[in-house]
Amino acid sequence: MSQKKSRSRGGGGAAAASGDDHEDLARPPPLQAVLLADSFTLKFRPITLERPKVLLPLVHMPMIEYTLTWLESAGVDEAFVFCCAHSHQVKEYLERSGWAGKAGAGSMAVTAVESHDAISAGDALRVIYERGVIRGDFVLISGDTISNMCLKDALQEHMDRKKKDPLAVMTMIIKHSKPSILTHQTRLGNDEIVMAIDPETKELLYYEDRADNSQLYVTIDKDILTNNPTLQLHNDMEDCYIDICSPEVLSLFTDNFDYQHLRRHFVKGLLVDDIMGYKIYTHELRSGYAARIDNFRSYDTVSKDVIQRWTYPMVPDVISNCDRSESRLHRQGIYKASDVTLSPSAQIGANSVVGSTTSIGDHCKVLNSVIGEGCTIGKHVLINGSYIWDNVMIEDGCKVSNSLVCDGVHLRAGAIVEPGCVLSFNVEVGKNVVVPAHSKVSLLAQPSNEDSDEELEYADTNSGVTDSPPFSSMRSNGDQATVPSEEDESGTSETGTSGVVGYIWTSGDTGILEEWRQSIAPIPKEKLEELQHAVSEDDGSEDESNNPTLPDKDDSWDSVVEDDDHISKFEKEVEETFQRALGGGVNRDNLILEINGLRLAYSLQHADCAGAVFYSVMKSALVAAQSTNDTLLKTTAEALDKWKDLLRNYTKTVDEEMEILLKFEEMCQETTKEFSPLFSKILPFLYDTEVVSEDAILRWAEEKEHADESDKVFVKQSEAFIQVYVLH
Amino acid sequence: MPDMQPLVSDFVLKLKRRKVEGSHAVARQTAELLRSVVSQHRMGSSANQAAALADAVRAVGEQLIAANPIELAVGNIVRRVLHIIKEEDISATAVGIEGLSVAVDSDDEYDSEHDDRPALSAAVLAAHARNALRAPSLQTLLEDIPVSPAISLTASSTGDSDGKSKSGDKSSTRKLKHDVIAAIGDLIDEIDSCYEPISEQAVELIHQNEVILTLGRSRTVKEFLYAAKEKKRSFRVFVAEGAPRYQGHVLAKELVEKGVQTTVITDSAVFAMISRVNMVIVGAHAIMANGGVIAPVGMNMVALAAQRHAVPFVVVAGSHKLCPLYPHNPEVLLNELKSPSDLLDFGEFSDCMNFSTQDGSPLLNVVNPTFDYVPPKLVSLFITDTPIDVALFGEIACWFNYCRAVGNQ
Repeated sequence: MSQKKSRSRGGGGAAAASGDDHEDLARPPPLQAVLLADSFTLKFRPITLERPKVLLPLVHMPMIEYTLTWLESAGVDEAFVFCCAHSHQVKEYLERSGWAGKAGAGSMAVTAVESHDAISAGDALRVIYERGVIRGDFVLISGDTISNMCLKDALQEHMDRKKKDPLAVMTMIIKHSKPSILTHQTRLGNDEIVMAIDPETKELLYYEDRADNSQLYVTIDKDILTNNPTLQLHNDMEDCYIDICSPEVLSLFTDNFDYQHLRRHFVKGLLVDDIMGYKIYTHELRSGYAARIDNFRSYDTVSKDVIQRWTYPMVPDVISNCDRSESRLHRQGIYKASDVTLSPSAQIGANSVVGSTTSIGDHCKVLNSVIGEGCTIGKHVLINGSYIWDNVMIEDGCKVSNSLVCDGVHLRAGAIVEPGCVLSFNVEVGKNVVVPAHSKVSLLAQPSNEDSDEELEYADTNSGVTDSPPFSSMRSNGDQATVPSEEDESGTSETGTSGVVGYIWTSGDTGILEEWRQSIAPIPKEKLEELQHAVSEDDGSEDESNNPTLPDKDDSWDSVVEDDDHISKFEKEVEETFQRALGGGVNRDNLILEINGLRLAYSLQHADCAGAVFYSVMKSALVAAQSTNDTLLKTTAEALDKWKDLLRNYTKTVDEEMEILLKFEEMCQETTKEFSPLFSKILPFLYDTEVVSEDAILRWAEEKEHADESDKVFVKQSEAFIQVYVLH
Repeated sequence: MPDMQPLVSDFVLKLKRRKVEGSHAVARQTAELLRSVVSQHRMGSSANQAAALADAVRAVGEQLIAANPIELAVGNIVRRVLHIIKEEDISATAVGIEGLSVAVDSDDEYDSEHDDRPALSAAVLAAHARNALRAPSLQTLLEDIPVSPAISLTASSTGDSDGKSKSGDKSSTRKLKHDVIAAIGDLIDEIDSCYEPISEQAVELIHQNEVILTLGRSRTVKEFLYAAKEKKRSFRVFVAEGAPRYQGHVLAKELVEKGVQTTVITDSAVFAMISRVNMVIVGAHAIMANGGVIAPVGMNMVALAAQRHAVPFVVVAGSHKLCPLYPHNPEVLLNELKSPSDLLDFGEFSDCMNFSTQDGSPLLNVVNPTFDYVPPKLVSLFITDTPIDVALFGEIACWFNYCRAVGNQ
């Protein structure tokens, strides 16, 4: 028999296994993967209090299932699943679904790595390093990443590059995706990322995922510009959070024990600090899909992508969980399990998924929604753009729009769930109760900011949290107004029928992020209009300054107002930059560079700049000084002395010096009246430090001679000085 | 056969993940897997060896069919293997109880057609089929094998053999298994070499200075055209590129390498070019029981164009693509919607799919079906590797019988 078998080269599986062996010879270490089954963020609170994020169903399948399936089909031989929060649930799932304990030829071995004190991806990788299980290059991915990309090319690129240059430690997978012009968000709800990439080598030179939307500019170190003859700046790339890493990455994390976040600390650290010359490269995904579910918005977006089959073959009708029955694709992208009880008068719209044993009553309307298994949906229910998980009971006449409804939720008759809501496990909503938009309801109370078994956001976002209490408490008051019995304990059935059983969370936990950005609900119309308005205003002002139109009375008035607005904005930014410089963060050269950058961004004159810088210097002196005139004078003198080089940089011509004087005058009259008695005393300082020349002072005095009496106050004040010093 | 399970589930996974695609590859791998299933099958001392073996194959087959229902070739091969088992069982029984076999067989037969040739015993036929190095032709299959009363036959015949030949049991079961494995080996050879008998007919169909139109890339069509070229026929080929997978480009390259005059056209230009075409030759994914064809997307349009201009529409396909199912069963899917990324660049269109600014409902939908169904009336001729190239009517008649024969198992 064995002879026969060898003659026939075994079955299909044996042939495949031998093929794998062959590949292994060419590539000695098996391909390993580290899967982080913990997001280390709080974005999915309150759901993640009860179930880890990677086990949340995305179109009927837990997210980790997609990730593992992809890893296996991408040819990974060994995967380490790092679990932290709810680790027992993750491990239990791995065993139940048959991933763990599979160690046959051709299939992927999955090992769970558990740690309870890791609070960030950095910690997780340090644990992995300590275990010493990673022997070669590995794929680093988090358990909430959905992909169907072919890893072979990227892997090959990485290997080739490493052979040539051992310092190329990481290849990052990126994907072309246009951010929205209005919100400056990617379609996944993340902020748009600015990357600088060398077009030849694909080396990543700059990475900024928190580019401030309000500023509309990025600052790139000039070293990058000098060292690289060409570079491409992208804001239309999406980070897929799939990395191919060399083992050095793990040791880097161990050496730099303060690295927490993969991107914010590790990537930026490597790029900025230039540690041992390590380099990061990018691989642009040409065909194939990859996206990470980072927030509710991306949950919504990726779900829709799955339904629209971008993730093929990871679509509901092709792969299915072992214990779930197959669903079939019908026309218009409707996926239905075979044992759905559907009333003839119920209407299922396009791009919807209905799980098995779910029953849908008469005259229901289901649009763009995913409904899980074992749900009971009554009559005249409208479900729009929502994600209903398993065993949910929705009674007659409910309306659910653009919300996430977890397992076991019970909506009593007539309840209305407004857009952007998240109803966590087993929440009950009483009769005719309206759950207001963007509320998050859970049976578990909201923990205070400090303690959480799962993870804390990093220091930079926590600073936002401290600002929020007034906002959040105001919000919760608003909730109380609309929902009668908000703080009902889960046990109180009497009030349970009239209100909501569960706690309504305040939005403090998401920090100062505005709710509409990352919720499931589409951005409200008003918000869009507002943003649209803002954009067109920006465009408008630019147009005005670029090509002056015919003088229409109203228009020109508008433009002046806008122009003023423009300059004041600019001044504000210069001031902020200056403040940072004061804090010691920026050195002088960079400050000049930054201010010049701002000037270009606002397309203003050099003279405007001089005024703004002067304003900032004086302001800083004012802030530092006490209220008395003497100290003010002293600090002003010090500040001027300190920043005279900076000011001189902007006062190359008499016009610019004039501008400073005029600005000073304006300040004394309007914004900072504290200076007005000191005008004549500060003017000599300016003269001494050679910020303003005598020509400028004389011209200013001349100009003012013809002005109103009120305008002459300061000229008169400083007449003595002009007489004594300048003219002689 | 617990030791088979990893292999089976591995192949199931491959089918599910769409790692194995295309009728030929799927058919071949299915046959190989089933061969190892048979060879690993432990022959118990139970009464009905063949039935047990068939059950084992059927169990595996059901898993495979469910894994990717659109790959109809899987089911075809499973049915063929079941057929082989039955056939070998009959012949083994016939050999085992030498004298009685003919009598038993003819007793069971009430088929008038079969009565005409009582001399040809099943054993001889099976041996002949094995030795001929290719599958029995449809006609011989249909005429000589008593299939319709199959179940009753196996039951009765094994009942006979059970009573009468206990001693020869061991050797006969081993022989049965051996024969089945050998026959599956022949089946695999047949799948591999299905192009030859098809392309043998190329010279008769393609005439000097003709213009042939094809769509996409089919290996069968390629071999067919190669064969004609080798016979020094000079002809021209129009290749419709076969969006969105553009397999036509590959075919064009291959044809040019062989020195065939080739013109690439877009799929939408088929109607424009069809008036210059003498014959349309295309491949198929599967040929259904009613004579309809499941073929790469765009084929129905080509078929309609051909009918409109009275151009013969010829389908070439190996016999592993002949499927005894009817295409009205939505459960068989008959189509598979692939990723829209074949059509669109995700990055370019990502702003069209920004649901946050689009009121939540996707405004852009992309449908990317893999297959078309070409109704039988549009097909002028089928060419398969079994030696029947009769006109459509005869074909369908044969079909019907074949399907009844094979489908019943």
